[in-house]
Amino acid sequence: MPASYLVILLVLAITLVPMLYLIVGGFSTTAQLNTDPNSLPHPWVWSNYGSIITSALFWQAVGNSAVIAVVATGLAVTLGSMAAFALSRYSFRGREAVYLLFTAGLLFPLNTAVLPLFLLLQKIGLTDNLAGVALPEAAFSLPVTIVILRPFMRAIPGELEDAAVVDGATRLRFFVRILLPLSRPALITVGILAFVTSWNTYLLPLVVFTTPSHFTLPLAVATFQSTYTQDTARVFAFTALSMIPALAIFVFAQRKLVGGLVGAVKG
Amino acid sequence: MARTESAGTAAPETTSGAAVPAATTRAPARRRGMRRRIELTVLLAPPLVLFIGFVIVPMVFAAWYSLYNWSGYGPLTDFIGVQNYRGVLTGPVFHQALTHNVIIAVLSVVIQLPVSIALALLLNRRMRGQTAMRLAVFTPYVLSEATAAVMWLLLLQPSGFVNALLNGVGLGGLVHQWLASTSLVLYMLFVVITWKYIGFGIVLLLAGLQGIPAELREAAAIDGATPWQATRRVTLPLLGPTIRIWIFLSVIGSLQLFDIVWIMTLGGPADASQTMLTYQYINGIQRTQFGYGATVSVVLFVISFVFALAYQRFALRRDTAGAVTRAVG
Repeated sequence: MPASYLVILLVLAITLVPMLYLIVGGFSTTAQLNTDPNSLPHPWVWSNYGSIITSALFWQAVGNSAVIAVVATGLAVTLGSMAAFALSRYSFRGREAVYLLFTAGLLFPLNTAVLPLFLLLQKIGLTDNLAGVALPEAAFSLPVTIVILRPFMRAIPGELEDAAVVDGATRLRFFVRILLPLSRPALITVGILAFVTSWNTYLLPLVVFTTPSHFTLPLAVATFQSTYTQDTARVFAFTALSMIPALAIFVFAQRKLVGGLVGAVKG
Repeated sequence: MARTESAGTAAPETTSGAAVPAATTRAPARRRGMRRRIELTVLLAPPLVLFIGFVIVPMVFAAWYSLYNWSGYGPLTDFIGVQNYRGVLTGPVFHQALTHNVIIAVLSVVIQLPVSIALALLLNRRMRGQTAMRLAVFTPYVLSEATAAVMWLLLLQPSGFVNALLNGVGLGGLVHQWLASTSLVLYMLFVVITWKYIGFGIVLLLAGLQGIPAELREAAAIDGATPWQATRRVTLPLLGPTIRIWIFLSVIGSLQLFDIVWIMTLGGPADASQTMLTYQYINGIQRTQFGYGATVSVVLFVISFVFALAYQRFALRRDTAGAVTRAVG
């Protein structure tokens, strides 16, 4: 059907052209972007991208984002799988209440809590500290992690656990040696979700960090734009480069991520 | 689960050994209970400490701070009762901000949702390059809000890409100062939000569509239904659970709007794109009126919570069992 192809082409253009324009614009001069924004760069200049790639500011931001995302993801997946194990394969009084407490966190996104969090971090001396961003991010990733992992762990047959116990394994050993490896697909899904969420978070770092060398990538992009308003071409280059890590993660993880979302919704 | 209990009794008690005197047969059971308690503590304490420490405690503090006039330094002494709440709830700028959040939520449901459904139906057909197209549509969702916001900020500058494009194709009459116009700014933000999030909705809906057996449509076609009728009467009702989850996520997201708005407009011009969270950021954090800002947190939380409860109760009743408890596979 040519009509539907036309619609799809239009959607693809709206989706992709802005990003392509940004990337190509990074090769222009600021003068050209101001006077003749919609023609190809003439001449093509590499200095915008060059100056960003060689700047400490950019790499520091990438490094901070990576450290925070790795710590937050590691904590969320480790602690989340521990909780999911206890909540799926033990029966004890108050189990459903504990589960409900975690799921209540789903209704409560990080952005709503930023101001009280900031006050708490101030009190315990974690403002302007990478841990002050990573720990809350991990905590706010726990609900979705547990909600996805619990049914997954629950669905793993009990005979496996019985067999492990017969063979003399403790339950914690069963958890580490058998359950976690079997839960790998779900662990990867929650890991990617936690990582991407952390990588993209803007408001918490905005509130917590005052020292520019602590800035994460989203914060650095926004700050660079508002600091170098007149230097449009370099802002183009900085913003275009900031897309690369996210796109790389996406290409690396797309099957798992989209597959995970499919699983999470299809039920 | 019931079977975890039986696992203990079915298995031989490996720790007690055979030499236990008959008089203390109850000891292994007690030891087992003890051990279970230790295991549960080891497993549950760390996640609970992290969660309560950084999610629950701040919220409880917020409720407490909201009763004080407090700038964040020194002890809480200036107790003012519900005066902060009166200030927030009767403040004209907060009303404006809340209205903007609601407008974005309504526009999402009225415009974004039908477009997403149409595109998902289109992308669900067998065609060449299907996977590539799905990935392309999903791409903006992967970018950080900050990157997307700065990108569109650059594109919507008075002499930027969008206006130059309009001039270039002979639509110079449509050229505007997109982000400087109090009447346009909110709708421009909605366009950017749509660009950023529509791919996520499409992927959700595609997942829902894959759960609908093709035979149902075929049967309808055999009974003489037109493709439109089959879509309207068979596909859409079966897509209901996915659509209701989409609406839920979309409304909650609209209430929490901050990043894109703050980077592109700072809530301006003249408060024309203020949202509840930009309002909180300006009044609570920038002006260090933490008591007042905490009040906005509580109000926003209550609004989200009431919406979530009401929505669960009236719209999701039948769906949530499937959507939440059977999350993966």
